[in-house]
Amino acid sequence: MDPKGPVAADEKHLIFTALGLMLIVVIPVIIMTFAFAWKYRAGNKNATYTPKWEHSHAIELVVWTIPTVIIIMLGTIVWKSTHALTPEKPIASSVKPLVIEAVAMDWKWLFIYPEQGVATVNRLVIPAKTPITFHITSDTVMNSFFIPRLGSQIYAMAGMQTELNLLADKPGTYHGLNTQFSGEGFTSMHFSVHATYPQDFQDWVAQTKTGGNMLDAARFRKLETPDEPAAPILFSAVQPGLFQSILRKFAGGHEMSASNQNSVSLAQAQK
Amino acid sequence: MYETALFGRLTLSAIPYTNPIIMSAVGFSAVLGALILGWITRQGHWGYLWKEWLTSVDHKRIGVMYLILAAIMLLRGFADALLMRFQQAFSEGAAHGFLPPEHYNQIFSAHGTIMIIFVAMPFFIGLMNVVVPLQIGARDVAFPFLNSVSFWMTAASAALVMVSLAVGDFSQAGWTGYPPLSETQFSPGPGVDYWIWSLQLGGVGTLLTGVNFFVTILKMRAPGMSLMKMPVFTWTILVTTVLIMLSFPVLTVTLLLLTLDRYLDMHFFTNGMGGNQMMFPNLLWIWGHPEVYIVLLPAFGMFSEVVSTFSRKKLFGYKSMVYATIAIAFLSFVVWLHHFFTMGAGADVNAFFGIATGVIAIPTGVKIFNWLFTMYRGRIEFTTPMLWTIGFIVTFAIGGMTGVLLSVPGADFVLHNSEFLVAHFHNTLIGGVLFGYFAGFSYWFPKMFGFQLDEKWGRRAFWAWLVGFYLAFMPLYALGFMGMSRRMVHYDNPAWQPYLLVALAGALVIAYGIFCQIVQLAVSIRNREALRDATGDIWNSHSLEWAVSSPPPFYNFAKIPHVDALDQFAYMKENGINHRAEAPFAPIHMPRNTGVGVVMGAITFVFGFAIIWHMWWIVMASSLAMVATVIYRASDEDVDYMLSAEEVARIESGGSASTAGGSSYLAGHELITQG
Amino acid sequence: MSATITSAATLQPDHAHHDHGHDAKENAVFGFWVYLMTDCILFASLFATYAVMRHSYAGGPTGNELFDLRYVFVETMFLLFSSFSNGFAMISLHRGARSATLKWLLLTALLGLGFVGMEVHEFRHLVMEGNGPDRSGFLSAFFSLVGTHGAHVSVGLIWMSVMMWQLFAKGITPAITSRLLRLSLFWHFLDIVWIVVFTVVYLMGVL
Repeated sequence: MDPKGPVAADEKHLIFTALGLMLIVVIPVIIMTFAFAWKYRAGNKNATYTPKWEHSHAIELVVWTIPTVIIIMLGTIVWKSTHALTPEKPIASSVKPLVIEAVAMDWKWLFIYPEQGVATVNRLVIPAKTPITFHITSDTVMNSFFIPRLGSQIYAMAGMQTELNLLADKPGTYHGLNTQFSGEGFTSMHFSVHATYPQDFQDWVAQTKTGGNMLDAARFRKLETPDEPAAPILFSAVQPGLFQSILRKFAGGHEMSASNQNSVSLAQAQK
Repeated sequence: MYETALFGRLTLSAIPYTNPIIMSAVGFSAVLGALILGWITRQGHWGYLWKEWLTSVDHKRIGVMYLILAAIMLLRGFADALLMRFQQAFSEGAAHGFLPPEHYNQIFSAHGTIMIIFVAMPFFIGLMNVVVPLQIGARDVAFPFLNSVSFWMTAASAALVMVSLAVGDFSQAGWTGYPPLSETQFSPGPGVDYWIWSLQLGGVGTLLTGVNFFVTILKMRAPGMSLMKMPVFTWTILVTTVLIMLSFPVLTVTLLLLTLDRYLDMHFFTNGMGGNQMMFPNLLWIWGHPEVYIVLLPAFGMFSEVVSTFSRKKLFGYKSMVYATIAIAFLSFVVWLHHFFTMGAGADVNAFFGIATGVIAIPTGVKIFNWLFTMYRGRIEFTTPMLWTIGFIVTFAIGGMTGVLLSVPGADFVLHNSEFLVAHFHNTLIGGVLFGYFAGFSYWFPKMFGFQLDEKWGRRAFWAWLVGFYLAFMPLYALGFMGMSRRMVHYDNPAWQPYLLVALAGALVIAYGIFCQIVQLAVSIRNREALRDATGDIWNSHSLEWAVSSPPPFYNFAKIPHVDALDQFAYMKENGINHRAEAPFAPIHMPRNTGVGVVMGAITFVFGFAIIWHMWWIVMASSLAMVATVIYRASDEDVDYMLSAEEVARIESGGSASTAGGSSYLAGHELITQG
Repeated sequence: MSATITSAATLQPDHAHHDHGHDAKENAVFGFWVYLMTDCILFASLFATYAVMRHSYAGGPTGNELFDLRYVFVETMFLLFSSFSNGFAMISLHRGARSATLKWLLLTALLGLGFVGMEVHEFRHLVMEGNGPDRSGFLSAFFSLVGTHGAHVSVGLIWMSVMMWQLFAKGITPAITSRLLRLSLFWHFLDIVWIVVFTVVYLMGVL
């Protein structure tokens, strides 16, 4: 509830607005409950007693109308906010978005930086004040990619790519996780998010590239072994098109090019 | 997976010897079961039990059996809840609690499955069974034999879940079992199969019940009872049966497709090979959302009856209530996507479903106001059922509110799958559904058994549940805002722990509440003479079920009443119309009790167990046995009998006191021997 | 209210209570209609699944490549004609002609068996070719939709055999009439579902 990005901030605002609208009805209801229960208790002979009274056009009109009006207001807010906050909507900014590919695995998150050619496991470093476009998929079961301080979550599903746009206002360290139960190692699926100054981000990329740890198909296969890594891993180089090949592994479409046979047989070997 | 011809995949290693918690639970249940069965044997009650209860096709008896099933499963489901609360309160950072993930995952999966399918459903179906035919002035349901079959299939399915504790595992994929996690690749053991088959077979029983009561209400109302003269509880049940009939077939197909994936290597939801995992949540929630209204609408009906009776006032806005109920039912079919806004359907789709969900708040709000205006200018008596109702109005208002909050996709994007969600649905399921059922249970208990429940212990139970509920679940709302997601066996955020400790305290208070309810039953049975309902109308109520004795004679009405008004019984009392039937009596056509339902239940259990463990020859044998049983029943012509007018007269003039020979409850019931 | 009824003499089997019996039969037929509506929802869910997965070929064959419209046409005729003969069976039943009813029912069952036989043959052929339901999502959906229909027809055939036996053994009774009425409702329902299957799966798959 302490947003650090515009998406989260909008969502917090939305929650309180909706809450406020609902309270217009809920608070009177709760008050009326106690008030009526007390005033009309059997012991209170002074209260009016109208045992046959069971209809009133006025009251019906009010109880149907007021909630309807509130819901119309809420509906309008829903329509607008849903479109404004839809995950695939790019965030308006003068800065060019950074694309990061996120892959949910058992039981860790793999982050590939396609433009920079590096990758990490369970550590997300991003430049602050920069829109980030996440392309998300899963190498395993359904997961949900979520950085609460920055905003929305979205499901990660094998064979499919979902897109999420987020932005961090300022540098800071945040927490990311998977919210969709995914098996034994589910609670290990959290990652640290480091929003840094843009220059620091470039430095980090440069430094990571010196690591001498290449993420190629073989290394990826090792990653696929279900485990819960104790510490984040950094890769200094990534096989180009790795994310696409992960996607294609599961997409049961017409295309089944030879270069994917490796991955396909891997998927089948897992069964 | 290793499979033998005789035992399929079943091996001795399926029994979790090494897990002390499970083994003690199994041991405890076994001992308890043995004690109960032993007591029945020693007292020589098997004959009575078999003839009067197990083989009964009487809706009142079947209803009570459903309630007993619900109570047993409530204890099991609540035990799961306590385990989870203990685990989460003590598994922060370096501490990992006492439950390894594989066990914890089964517990939360079992907890959800049990509470919704094997507590909530049997609970309202039990009350519905007892009350509805009486409310509409009928002698039984349209298909009494089918009623028995439905019960025994439900019991068999519950038994499958219970057996999973001792033999094999239960599912670790949550009560909703999303693939690909629930596919063989990621859940290779019998767990998901236990889940699939208990839901599938229980679902068949429920579907049959839906058809049964739909036909009963439409076709067997007493003459003069037009639809708008039906008691409001019956209305909510009618609408509920429509929901059941429209939604359960979808569940059947959903589970079937997952079954085919798991058993025959098909590709409905697999990763790759053309599987489409997004289809599962869609299909599941097309059933799942109406399902929550299936359990909720009867609770609303119960509240209407209770509020009106204990405010000593006619229900405010009957017509409105009926229309609101129908509106809620209709709307419940167009909101399912709100369970997965975060799956990426796009803004237009998300917004549509979000708005539709918000719209449901309107008729629901109308109902709440109508209850409040029933209380307004009434003379309210704070009996236990009324306390549950007042607790419900406040609690459910909050729960509904958080629901509308979640229905805003932008909000849901941060709250989905969090503890906020968990708090919301427990808020509505406990505060709405369970409180309603408790109110209905205390309200109709005297009708079922001839004596009322002890008020003092009832009040204690209510307050314990109410306080316990808030303690247990309000912290979860906060945790949701703090970023805690659901189903976590362990976490690394110390800020969350205090809240979870409070939640544990709340769960323990609820445990005390359940304890009070058990004591209440014991005390009430012990003091039943003092608590006896001699008139059949202990609360001075308004509908027909109160016009007969408590408990009613097995044929309900010696003479089917003619109905002239809404709240017919109140009308009769006011206008001095004698509601006790008088001579001359006519013979009454009654269905015979039969053991075929029990047999079908047993076969269902065997079939389920066998197919879970891949014991194909038993699957074949039990399927053939089921077919044979159906054919046997179909060929049986001796399925009913006529109760002579003299017998009716004798029973009617027997008075409401128990027969000579004892004050035992057992003697207060007719003993029907089959001719 | 509380009494012990042990005398068997007071419990007589119901022969003469026509009104109540009549109501009960009507309720049974109505109840069966209602059940058929739920079966409709079941098939609708399967159709929806098929619709979603109709192009999920996973590199495998399409409907166009697999379906033989002439074969399916013959299969359809078996089922359609079995509905006709079922109709004649019901007419004979209402006329009280027991052996005519039996003969028409037998024809219905044979035609139905022909339908199921052809379907089993088609399935077997596909599986042997390696195009079974485990080949792709599309084929999973195909087999389950068409197969569920076939399973319903098979249950109908079992029911029909039992009815024929009952008719043979006990003659035309009100209970048997009511059951045959429900069976024929079931049979015609399955025919209608098949028309939709034929159109959506086979025709639209090929054309």
